[in-house]
Amino acid sequence: MSSPTARTTEAPAGGATGSGTRPAPARRRRGVRSLVGLVVLLALLLVALAFPLYFGEFWLRTGFAVFGAIVGAIGLNLLVGNAGQLSLAHAFFLAVGATSYVYVSGEPGGLGVAELDGLGLPPLVGMVVGVLLAGLAGLIFSPIAARLRGIYLGVASLALVFIGIHLLNTWTPVTGGFNGRAAPDFSLFGFTFGNTDPQLWVLGVPYREAERLWYLGLVLAIGAYVFARNLLRSRPGRAMQTARDSEVAAAVMGVNVQGYKARIFMISSMYAGLSGVMLALSIGSIAPESFGLELSILYLAMIVLGGLGSVGGAALGAAFVVALPLVFQRYADVVPFVGGPGEAGLAPGEAARFLFGVAIILVILFEPAGLAGFAHRFRRRLTRPGGGTTTPPPPDSPEGSTRPDPSDRPAQGSTTT
Amino acid sequence: MNQFLSLLLNGVSLGALYALIALGFVIIFKSSEVVSFTHGSLLLLGAYSIARLSGPLGFWLAVLAGLLITAVAAFLVERLIINRLRGAAVISLAIVTIGVDIILLTELVRRIGSDILNVPHPWGGQSVRIGPVGLSQNRLIAILVAGALIAAFFAAFKYSSWGVAMRASAEDGETAALMGIRQGRVSAVSWVVAGVLAGVAALFLVGSPTPGVTPANYAVALRAFPAAILGGLDSTGGALVGGLLIGIAEALAAGYQDQLLFLGRGFSAIVPFIVMIAVLLVRPSGLFGTKELTRV
Repeated sequence: MSSPTARTTEAPAGGATGSGTRPAPARRRRGVRSLVGLVVLLALLLVALAFPLYFGEFWLRTGFAVFGAIVGAIGLNLLVGNAGQLSLAHAFFLAVGATSYVYVSGEPGGLGVAELDGLGLPPLVGMVVGVLLAGLAGLIFSPIAARLRGIYLGVASLALVFIGIHLLNTWTPVTGGFNGRAAPDFSLFGFTFGNTDPQLWVLGVPYREAERLWYLGLVLAIGAYVFARNLLRSRPGRAMQTARDSEVAAAVMGVNVQGYKARIFMISSMYAGLSGVMLALSIGSIAPESFGLELSILYLAMIVLGGLGSVGGAALGAAFVVALPLVFQRYADVVPFVGGPGEAGLAPGEAARFLFGVAIILVILFEPAGLAGFAHRFRRRLTRPGGGTTTPPPPDSPEGSTRPDPSDRPAQGSTTT
Repeated sequence: MNQFLSLLLNGVSLGALYALIALGFVIIFKSSEVVSFTHGSLLLLGAYSIARLSGPLGFWLAVLAGLLITAVAAFLVERLIINRLRGAAVISLAIVTIGVDIILLTELVRRIGSDILNVPHPWGGQSVRIGPVGLSQNRLIAILVAGALIAAFFAAFKYSSWGVAMRASAEDGETAALMGIRQGRVSAVSWVVAGVLAGVAALFLVGSPTPGVTPANYAVALRAFPAAILGGLDSTGGALVGGLLIGIAEALAAGYQDQLLFLGRGFSAIVPFIVMIAVLLVRPSGLFGTKELTRV
């Protein structure tokens, strides 16, 4: 999270050509800022590494759920925020990932009345297959995705969620049907991410399932984050964002708009697939009801609250959306208006949903750049003492998709000339 | 053959209701460029209000009150939120309606809980026979009312000053505004009309053969989405055709589910979505939607 400042709109200024023309203090300030960023990053990493030593199972499990959601949210944000394609199908791709993992790594056997199949391969294979199959599902859907624009895609993708739920409910040998099935523990080359085998103690703290999963989640989330950041700064990333702002302009400059749209849909689905595997690990089982439209909407809430188009924002949003209901549940007696099961007041999940709904509306109305926008403003005020309020307003929102559709502009231009 | 005819008739009745909801989507989209994800909970709100108020007020007053509540809710959404976002990207607008939807739906589901609220339709649950085929009385009335409403809507759309204003704003908002058409008012009226249409659809959707008001009614509005999309989001006629198509397809799939068992139980609920995807593959802007042209 060191420098989400270097967004596409200002990135050229930080390049070699831009900094040469800048006055010296500005350059020094940039240097200081990146140094501060580095220190903050290292500190965050240290905190994350030491976290399991000090916090109990509840927080570690919440943390793993958050990491899983971060992966998924980053993937969705690439699609919605950076490529400008609204998708409500994220839950479906999560389901593909989770189901593939459970099927590939699960053991065949009977569960109650249902006869389950399973390949019993190592969990790592299951995870990889889950990601690949989710990507494949995205690729299969992408001919539709690439042809449809904006809102049509949003509604068409709705279809996938319902088809997915139907499959989960009826394809019992693979999915476990209505009741779902258990997800096998993850393991890596003989090291199990379970409670035992091998027993592990670090600095006197027993490292059981929750602690081990925390590190797994941390690594995957950081990997997802870095990949997305690099993707956005690469040629395909730039091309994609140009296509979002104006398909015609992008096509004129030689960007294969359809091709990029299809590919980003696939990448986003792969992110969702990994997130789905992590969700299965986090819950310990899969069930159709976990992958409903509500999940898609929650993911949308994450990226909107975090800030469309910002990778760091997606991570922040994911943490907020996933952790809030869990924290409400845990501290139901402290939080106002929230009651535990059987008590007066709102159920924790309901309270969280009300909050998300209000937050989405407020963010779109007043701060379209979301949490990332807040962080951005805060950081600028921090690094430019006294300058934060007097400097001319920055490009109002770095996230193009929250501005009025820029593709209107050329049409207006043609009428005035 | 008789079974087929009966299913067809049932499909038409279901389709008429879908068409009502889809018309709401279309006029909202035409007037304010918003794809309203709030519609599902508006529908549920209408159904819930009618069911709850028909105890103290009696059926007819409750229906009036329910429609009024739905209309006011739609009006408030437009005034308080959508109107402030004029000119925002279509995606942001859609997302903001999802935010409204989360709030409304959470509250309604909380209130309904696991109950099934009954709406005491005076026409009850009997079915009528038309020649060789049978249809529940509720659905028959639904066809008639929906048909009348849709006809009235198309007449208003064509001849009333609101209809003309709306078509003008949909054609070219800026020019329409320069001609003195108040965009805000056009949009607000459209939301109110859409709310009332959803309320009417709700009234019949919770009658026989469905058991009553449950949170599952919400999903019906989502199945009307394909209707609006496959007809073309900006085509009112398309909504009508789309609604009927979806309704008939769903009813047929439900009726022949024994033959379709290899696709799994409950397959009929996802038929609308499959039809939509099939149509979109061939025509990305729906059957009657205008193709988006980009001028440079």
